[in-house]
Amino acid sequence: MSYKISLEIFEGPLDLLLHLVKQNHLEIETIPIASITDQYLRYLEMMEALDLEVAGEFLVVAATLMQIKSRALLPPETLPPADAEEPDPAQELIARLKEYQKFKQAAEQLAGREKERMVQYVRPVAREDVPSETEEFIDASLFDLLTAFSQFMSADMAKAAHEVLQEQFTVEDKVAYLRQIVSEKKRLSFTDLFRRSRSKPEAIATFLALLELIRMKEFGIVQSQLFGDIEIVLREAA
Amino acid sequence: MIDSEIKKILEALLFVSDKPLMVAQVREVFGPEISSADLERLFAELRADYEQNDRALRIVEVADGFQMVTNPALVDYVAKLNRKVRRIRLTKPSLETLAIIAYRQPLTKVEMEQIRGVDVSGVLDTLLRLSLIKITGRKEVVGRPLLYGTTREFLEHFGLKNMTELPSLEELQGVPSDLKEVAGISATESGAEIAEEAADAEPAPAESPTEQSRA
Repeated sequence: MSYKISLEIFEGPLDLLLHLVKQNHLEIETIPIASITDQYLRYLEMMEALDLEVAGEFLVVAATLMQIKSRALLPPETLPPADAEEPDPAQELIARLKEYQKFKQAAEQLAGREKERMVQYVRPVAREDVPSETEEFIDASLFDLLTAFSQFMSADMAKAAHEVLQEQFTVEDKVAYLRQIVSEKKRLSFTDLFRRSRSKPEAIATFLALLELIRMKEFGIVQSQLFGDIEIVLREAA
Repeated sequence: MIDSEIKKILEALLFVSDKPLMVAQVREVFGPEISSADLERLFAELRADYEQNDRALRIVEVADGFQMVTNPALVDYVAKLNRKVRRIRLTKPSLETLAIIAYRQPLTKVEMEQIRGVDVSGVLDTLLRLSLIKITGRKEVVGRPLLYGTTREFLEHFGLKNMTELPSLEELQGVPSDLKEVAGISATESGAEIAEEAADAEPAPAESPTEQSRA
């Protein structure tokens, strides 16, 4: 059985773009579209290589980025005269990003209020109609995970490349393995986890198993600081 | 009835209420002889008494009402006893969608998706199930799509007194995305500023309620 992990529970293309803007210490207004486009596409390739299901929205934004990039590469005189009716796709994208960023900040603000409110306990409700569903809080995003994973793959895997391994790794086995070690340790650093992998296929199987367990809400991922090391934590099953 | 007696009654009413107590509800208890303005004033006095005497409990203004809560400084102990109480913390996609709804309500699902750039169906279901949002009507355009807005539970969940307590989007704009700075600037009156100082001084206790619910 092959695992297709949907990206739905994670964030969308605008979020990835903002992530790249932040990672490169850029301002939205002055994004160098060409280099951002390359980075954006590398992420998509990675998601595809890992057989993650890339939502259509990611591809739409990729197409827009490539359109902007290709226009920028052409000498200005070869471009058709600017059509006043048609908005500049670059400006349009920047406007969308800025709008989205405002709400992202509003969301952070709400998260702060939520955290303040969490330390106030009220009398428990006697009735039985309390919603039993609980949602999870993913402190680190999928992109943080992918960044950490790609760094690991380039740094550590190169060293071990000469080893020839016959073993087959399945995501199912890794799911069981992760369940076991994380339930023992409660917390596990992302880097430590991948240091245990001896080959690229093993690391990929582990990574997919990790995503699956996050999706099933068994594990949570937290990051103490932006772009810091990621920790995997166990959450109690409902 | 003298003030001190009314305050005593208010304290008892707060104790037995699991939801924020609204002045209108309290007026039903007392009858017409006591005005809303008097009740508001006495609630405020009671609240100040608790603060000044550094009591184990606090009275906070939430969702247009008053609520008795434990002193945040005691959270570590309270959380240990209340291990089984599930506290809901929202995911980033949920918080983002909720922020969009809070600021742009009433609005349709398609309008939310235009801003977030992703499908929000699953998130909307969750928010509806948690009663943080509700359907407020239909937009009079082709297909008459549903419109969504926030609820009283939304205010309760975030400890907001009312919608005007949210910072305006313009205030948020242009502010570095660092959460602490955002919180600092928007903390015009109550809450946020104090809580932020507390968080700076002792980061550990602030983390613990989630830890407890996970452990």
